Amino acid sequence: MKPAEVSTPDDTSVVIKRSFAAPVPLVWRAYTEAELLKQWCQGPPGWSMPVCEMDSQTGGTYQWRWKDDSSGTEFGFQGRFLDVVEHRRIEHTQVYDAGNLGIPMGGKPWIVTVEFQDAGESTHVTTTITFASKEDRDSSMESGMTDGMEMNYQQLERTLTLAKD
Amino acid sequence: MGSLNQSFAALADPTRLGIVAHLARSEATVSQLVDRFALTQPTITSHLNVLEEAGLISRTRVAQTRVCRLRAEELNRISDWLTQLQSVFEGNYRRLDKLLQELNQPQSEKKK
Repeated sequence: MKPAEVSTPDDTSVVIKRSFAAPVPLVWRAYTEAELLKQWCQGPPGWSMPVCEMDSQTGGTYQWRWKDDSSGTEFGFQGRFLDVVEHRRIEHTQVYDAGNLGIPMGGKPWIVTVEFQDAGESTHVTTTITFASKEDRDSSMESGMTDGMEMNYQQLERTLTLAKD
Repeated sequence: MGSLNQSFAALADPTRLGIVAHLARSEATVSQLVDRFALTQPTITSHLNVLEEAGLISRTRVAQTRVCRLRAEELNRISDWLTQLQSVFEGNYRRLDKLLQELNQPQSEKKK
Protein backbone atom coordinates (compact mmCIF):
# COMPACT_ATOMS: atom_id res chain seq x y z
CA MET A 1 0.00 0.00 0.00
CA LYS A 2 1.10 3.55 -0.67
CA PRO A 3 2.62 5.21 2.42
CA ALA A 4 0.46 7.54 4.48
CA GLU A 5 -0.02 11.01 3.01
CA VAL A 6 0.05 13.91 5.40
CA SER A 7 -1.26 17.37 4.55
CA THR A 8 -2.18 20.59 6.32
CA PRO A 9 -5.27 22.08 4.69
CA ASP A 10 -5.19 25.00 7.15
CA ASP A 11 -3.45 26.31 10.27
CA THR A 12 -5.38 24.16 12.72
CA SER A 13 -5.72 20.76 11.11
CA VAL A 14 -3.63 17.88 9.85
CA VAL A 15 -5.01 15.23 7.51
CA ILE A 16 -3.51 11.73 7.19
CA LYS A 17 -4.69 9.45 4.38
CA ARG A 18 -3.92 5.78 3.90
CA SER A 19 -5.54 2.78 2.19
CA PHE A 20 -5.64 -0.78 3.48
CA ALA A 21 -6.06 -4.01 1.57
CA ALA A 22 -9.04 -5.22 3.58
CA PRO A 23 -12.79 -4.64 3.60
CA VAL A 24 -14.25 -1.89 5.79
CA PRO A 25 -15.70 -4.19 8.52
CA LEU A 26 -12.27 -5.66 9.21
CA VAL A 27 -10.50 -2.29 9.31
CA TRP A 28 -13.31 -1.04 11.54
CA ARG A 29 -12.66 -3.85 14.02
CA ALA A 30 -8.94 -3.06 14.09
CA TYR A 31 -9.81 0.54 15.05
CA THR A 32 -12.56 -0.14 17.57
CA GLU A 33 -11.58 -3.35 19.40
CA ALA A 34 -9.00 -2.65 22.09
CA GLU A 35 -7.35 -6.06 21.75
CA LEU A 36 -6.74 -5.44 18.07
CA LEU A 37 -5.84 -1.76 18.34
CA LYS A 38 -3.05 -2.40 20.83
CA GLN A 39 -1.45 -4.87 18.42
CA TRP A 40 -0.78 -2.23 15.79
CA CYS A 41 -1.04 1.21 17.39
CA GLN A 42 2.25 0.95 19.26
CA GLY A 43 4.00 4.05 18.01
CA PRO A 44 7.72 4.19 17.23
CA PRO A 45 9.98 1.12 17.39
CA GLY A 46 10.71 0.10 20.96
CA TRP A 47 7.41 1.41 22.28
CA SER A 48 4.43 -0.66 23.39
CA MET A 49 0.86 0.12 24.34
CA PRO A 50 0.31 -1.31 27.84
CA VAL A 51 -2.99 0.50 28.39
CA CYS A 52 -5.69 0.39 25.73
CA GLU A 53 -9.17 0.68 27.12
CA MET A 54 -12.03 1.86 25.00
CA ASP A 55 -15.79 1.91 24.98
CA SER A 56 -16.20 2.48 21.26
CA GLN A 57 -19.65 4.00 21.11
CA THR A 58 -20.99 7.54 21.00
CA GLY A 59 -20.49 9.00 24.48
CA GLY A 60 -18.02 6.30 25.50
CA THR A 61 -14.52 7.06 26.74
CA TYR A 62 -11.07 5.68 26.00
CA GLN A 63 -7.66 5.66 27.52
CA TRP A 64 -4.46 4.85 25.68
CA ARG A 65 -1.00 4.76 27.15
CA TRP A 66 2.34 4.13 25.50
CA LYS A 67 5.59 3.08 27.05
CA ASP A 68 9.17 3.20 25.85
CA ASP A 69 10.27 -0.23 26.99
CA SER A 70 13.94 0.68 27.26
CA SER A 71 13.65 3.89 29.31
CA GLY A 72 10.28 3.31 31.01
CA THR A 73 9.05 6.66 29.71
CA GLU A 74 5.28 6.81 29.43
CA PHE A 75 2.66 9.13 28.04
CA GLY A 76 -0.92 8.77 26.97
CA PHE A 77 -4.04 10.10 25.33
CA GLN A 78 -7.55 9.96 26.62
CA GLY A 79 -10.88 11.29 25.52
CA ARG A 80 -14.49 10.72 24.66
CA PHE A 81 -16.17 9.41 21.54
CA LEU A 82 -18.35 12.20 20.16
CA ASP A 83 -19.73 10.23 17.25
CA VAL A 84 -19.36 6.57 16.32
CA VAL A 85 -21.16 5.41 13.18
CA GLU A 86 -20.41 1.77 12.47
CA HIS A 87 -18.23 1.21 9.40
CA ARG A 88 -18.35 4.94 8.58
CA ARG A 89 -16.74 7.27 11.06
CA ILE A 90 -15.29 7.74 14.51
CA GLU A 91 -14.97 11.17 16.05
CA HIS A 92 -13.36 11.63 19.42
CA THR A 93 -11.75 14.24 21.62
CA GLN A 94 -8.14 13.77 22.61
CA VAL A 95 -6.35 15.03 25.69
CA TYR A 96 -2.66 14.53 26.20
CA ASP A 97 -1.50 12.95 29.42
CA ALA A 98 2.19 13.81 29.88
CA GLY A 99 2.85 10.76 32.06
CA ASN A 100 6.50 10.90 33.11
CA LEU A 101 7.60 12.33 29.82
CA GLY A 102 7.82 15.66 31.59
CA ILE A 103 6.71 17.74 28.64
CA PRO A 104 3.51 19.56 29.50
CA MET A 105 1.18 20.60 26.76
CA GLY A 106 -1.35 23.34 27.22
CA GLY A 107 -4.41 24.07 25.25
CA LYS A 108 -7.82 22.58 24.74
CA PRO A 109 -8.51 19.00 23.73
CA TRP A 110 -8.24 18.43 20.01
CA ILE A 111 -10.64 16.46 17.85
CA VAL A 112 -9.71 13.38 15.86
CA THR A 113 -12.01 12.16 13.09
CA VAL A 114 -11.41 8.85 11.36
CA GLU A 115 -13.47 8.21 8.23
CA PHE A 116 -13.71 4.85 6.48
CA GLN A 117 -14.49 4.68 2.80
CA ASP A 118 -15.37 1.45 1.04
CA ALA A 119 -13.23 0.96 -2.08
CA GLY A 120 -14.19 -2.60 -2.94
CA GLU A 121 -11.28 -4.81 -2.00
CA SER A 122 -9.67 -2.03 0.01
CA THR A 123 -10.58 0.67 2.48
CA HIS A 124 -9.56 4.32 2.40
CA VAL A 125 -9.02 5.77 5.87
CA THR A 126 -8.85 9.53 6.37
CA THR A 127 -7.74 10.77 9.78
CA THR A 128 -8.21 14.45 10.56
CA ILE A 129 -6.70 16.04 13.64
CA THR A 130 -8.26 19.42 14.39
CA PHE A 131 -6.72 21.67 17.01
CA ALA A 132 -8.70 24.36 18.80
CA SER A 133 -6.30 27.03 17.54
CA LYS A 134 -3.03 27.53 15.70
CA GLU A 135 -1.38 28.11 19.11
CA ASP A 136 -2.57 24.71 20.27
CA ARG A 137 -1.23 23.07 17.15
CA ASP A 138 2.14 24.76 17.68
CA SER A 139 2.16 23.69 21.30
CA SER A 140 1.44 20.14 20.24
CA MET A 141 4.39 20.32 17.87
CA GLU A 142 6.66 21.10 20.78
CA SER A 143 5.17 18.47 23.04
CA GLY A 144 5.63 14.81 23.55
CA MET A 145 3.27 14.03 20.73
CA THR A 146 6.25 13.41 18.50
CA ASP A 147 9.40 15.22 19.61
CA GLY A 148 9.27 13.85 23.14
CA MET A 149 9.37 10.33 21.85
CA GLU A 150 12.89 11.12 20.71
CA MET A 151 12.29 8.80 17.90
CA ASN A 152 15.03 8.28 15.43
CA TYR A 153 13.65 8.63 11.96
CA GLN A 154 16.51 6.75 10.33
CA GLN A 155 16.08 3.89 12.75
CA LEU A 156 12.41 3.73 11.90
CA GLU A 157 13.17 3.74 8.20
CA ARG A 158 15.55 0.83 8.74
CA THR A 159 12.98 -1.09 10.74
CA LEU A 160 10.35 -0.50 8.10
CA THR A 161 12.67 -1.67 5.35
CA LEU A 162 13.49 -4.82 7.32
CA ALA A 163 9.82 -5.37 8.07
CA LYS A 164 8.85 -5.11 4.42
CA ASP A 165 9.08 -8.82 3.88
CA MET B 1 3.84 34.57 8.70
CA GLY B 2 2.25 34.70 5.28
CA SER B 3 0.20 31.97 3.68
CA LEU B 4 1.85 29.22 1.70
CA ASN B 5 0.46 30.67 -1.53
CA GLN B 6 2.05 33.99 -0.67
CA SER B 7 5.33 32.20 0.02
CA PHE B 8 5.22 30.40 -3.30
CA ALA B 9 4.36 33.58 -5.17
CA ALA B 10 7.24 35.35 -3.46
CA LEU B 11 9.59 32.56 -4.48
CA ALA B 12 8.38 32.45 -8.09
CA ASP B 13 10.75 35.29 -9.01
CA PRO B 14 14.33 34.16 -9.81
CA THR B 15 15.96 37.11 -8.03
CA ARG B 16 13.91 36.54 -4.88
CA LEU B 17 14.65 32.83 -5.02
CA GLY B 18 18.32 33.77 -5.31
CA ILE B 19 18.06 36.07 -2.29
CA VAL B 20 16.41 33.31 -0.25
CA ALA B 21 19.09 30.82 -1.31
CA HIS B 22 21.75 33.34 -0.35
CA LEU B 23 20.16 34.01 3.05
CA ALA B 24 19.83 30.29 3.66
CA ARG B 25 23.62 30.18 3.85
CA SER B 26 24.06 33.32 5.93
CA GLU B 27 22.39 36.56 6.87
CA ALA B 28 23.27 39.62 4.80
CA THR B 29 22.93 43.36 4.82
CA VAL B 30 20.99 45.14 2.09
CA SER B 31 24.20 46.54 0.61
CA GLN B 32 25.77 43.07 0.52
CA LEU B 33 22.76 41.86 -1.43
CA VAL B 34 23.00 44.83 -3.78
CA ASP B 35 26.64 43.88 -4.49
CA ARG B 36 25.90 40.19 -4.75
CA PHE B 37 23.03 40.54 -7.23
CA ALA B 38 24.37 43.59 -9.09
CA LEU B 39 21.02 45.36 -8.83
CA THR B 40 20.10 48.81 -7.55
CA GLN B 41 19.21 49.28 -3.91
CA PRO B 42 15.54 50.19 -4.64
CA THR B 43 15.17 47.01 -6.70
CA ILE B 44 16.64 44.83 -3.95
CA THR B 45 14.53 46.64 -1.37
CA SER B 46 11.32 46.02 -3.29
CA HIS B 47 12.18 42.31 -3.55
CA LEU B 48 12.91 42.25 0.18
CA ASN B 49 9.53 43.87 0.86
CA VAL B 50 7.78 41.05 -0.97
CA LEU B 51 9.77 38.41 0.91
CA GLU B 52 9.13 40.09 4.24
CA GLU B 53 5.40 40.34 3.60
CA ALA B 54 5.31 36.63 2.81
CA GLY B 55 6.96 36.01 6.17
CA LEU B 56 10.02 34.46 4.58
CA ILE B 57 12.59 36.94 5.85
CA SER B 58 13.00 39.46 8.61
CA ARG B 59 14.99 42.69 8.64
CA THR B 60 16.54 44.03 11.80
CA ARG B 61 18.51 47.20 12.29
CA VAL B 62 22.05 46.61 13.53
CA ALA B 63 23.93 49.88 14.03
CA GLN B 64 23.53 51.77 10.72
CA THR B 65 22.66 48.77 8.58
CA ARG B 66 19.65 46.55 8.08
CA VAL B 67 20.42 42.86 8.37
CA CYS B 68 18.23 40.40 6.46
CA ARG B 69 17.64 36.91 7.76
CA LEU B 70 15.68 33.96 6.53
CA ARG B 71 12.67 33.09 8.67
CA ALA B 72 12.56 29.46 7.73
CA GLU B 73 12.25 28.26 11.32
CA GLU B 74 8.50 27.98 11.36
CA LEU B 75 8.25 26.32 7.95
CA ASN B 76 11.01 23.91 8.98
CA ARG B 77 9.38 23.22 12.31
CA ILE B 78 6.10 22.32 10.66
CA SER B 79 7.70 20.12 8.04
CA ASP B 80 9.87 18.30 10.63
CA TRP B 81 6.82 17.69 12.76
CA LEU B 82 4.79 16.39 9.81
CA THR B 83 7.65 14.08 8.84
CA GLN B 84 7.70 12.62 12.33
CA LEU B 85 3.94 12.37 12.46
CA GLN B 86 3.94 10.63 9.09
CA SER B 87 6.59 8.14 10.21
CA VAL B 88 4.80 7.30 13.46
CA PHE B 89 1.49 6.80 11.65
CA GLU B 90 3.09 4.85 8.83
CA GLY B 91 4.85 2.59 11.37
CA ASN B 92 1.46 1.86 12.94
CA TYR B 93 -0.17 1.37 9.54
CA ARG B 94 2.43 -1.22 8.47
CA ARG B 95 1.55 -3.26 11.53
CA LEU B 96 -2.13 -2.77 10.74
CA ASP B 97 -1.51 -4.08 7.20
CA LYS B 98 -0.09 -7.28 8.68
CA LEU B 99 -2.87 -7.62 11.24
CA LEU B 100 -5.55 -7.17 8.59
CA GLN B 101 -3.87 -9.80 6.45
CA GLU B 102 -4.02 -12.24 9.38
CA LEU B 103 -7.65 -11.38 10.12
CA ASN B 104 -8.52 -11.81 6.47
CA GLN B 105 -7.34 -15.43 6.44
CA PRO B 106 -8.78 -16.86 9.66
CA GLN B 107 -8.89 -20.42 8.33
CA SER B 108 -5.21 -20.66 7.44
CA GLU B 109 -4.00 -18.90 10.58
CA LYS B 110 -6.22 -19.20 13.63
CA LYS B 111 -5.24 -16.19 15.73
CA LYS B 112 -7.79 -16.11 18.50
